[in-house]
Amino acid sequence: MIAPGTHVRVRDDWPETRGPCHIRTPHYLRGEAGVVTRHLGDFPNPEDLAFGRPARTLPLYHVRFDRSALWNDGGANEDILVEIFEPWLETQP
Amino acid sequence: MSLPDPDSARLLTALRALLTAKGIASAEEIAETIAVTDTATPALGAAMVAKAWVDAEFRSLMLSDGARAAESLGITMRGMPPLGVLENSPALHHLVVCTLCSCYPRAVLGYPPFWFKSVSFRARAVRDPRGVLAEFGLVLPETVKLRVVDSTADYRWMVLPLRPDGTDGWSEERLAGLVREGDMIGVTVPTAR
Repeated sequence: MIAPGTHVRVRDDWPETRGPCHIRTPHYLRGEAGVVTRHLGDFPNPEDLAFGRPARTLPLYHVRFDRSALWNDGGANEDILVEIFEPWLETQP
Repeated sequence: MSLPDPDSARLLTALRALLTAKGIASAEEIAETIAVTDTATPALGAAMVAKAWVDAEFRSLMLSDGARAAESLGITMRGMPPLGVLENSPALHHLVVCTLCSCYPRAVLGYPPFWFKSVSFRARAVRDPRGVLAEFGLVLPETVKLRVVDSTADYRWMVLPLRPDGTDGWSEERLAGLVREGDMIGVTVPTAR
């Protein structure tokens, strides 16, 4: 379990380039740094559910990203809060 | 946004037949779900917001478990995803978007407005949220933090807006009449009128 306040990075992974898939992690967050704000619960992995495969239950987190850092365009005082499943998050040392 | 193509009705018929044939959902279950979805309107969410403005205990329940709060007002939440409620404050404003598709708190707001599914709203809400809000007529002071909530997975999110000034002593019903669907996804804010 990842504790609230933990700095994380979204995996810079692109399963779309390897074949058919269903991914609930938006493109604009791949490889980006954020902070876990809370554990929202555990839910069956949508990447398997979409194909009717047995789906493992995974922790789902709310992760906060600084909006201006994502787009490098100033505009401070804005952030983006997104639900992301644990396998997509790397905890930083 | 694409227009329905002539094959979509045939596709829907085929999909419904397959769901039944494979035992995933019966025709009755599909009909019941459509009926429940059809009855939901923004008035349900507005009633929750108004109650939260006048009842501290309900507000606390709504913020910790939106689905239980909705059920306590008789709103059907069976089979619906968990409902999260985002509390606006004078220092923090929330805007809800689903950049991946069109996730929307249908149980309490009904069908989404047409633009909620549009590619331009979905892309611009995370790229230029203040610009999007300005186009809806909402100009937030720079000192107010804007938090965009991208609804990507199992929750559905609604906004609990600030109670407008000039509404002291108003009844719950009158307060509910001020709350529009846009206020509960954060593209607008309610005002006394």
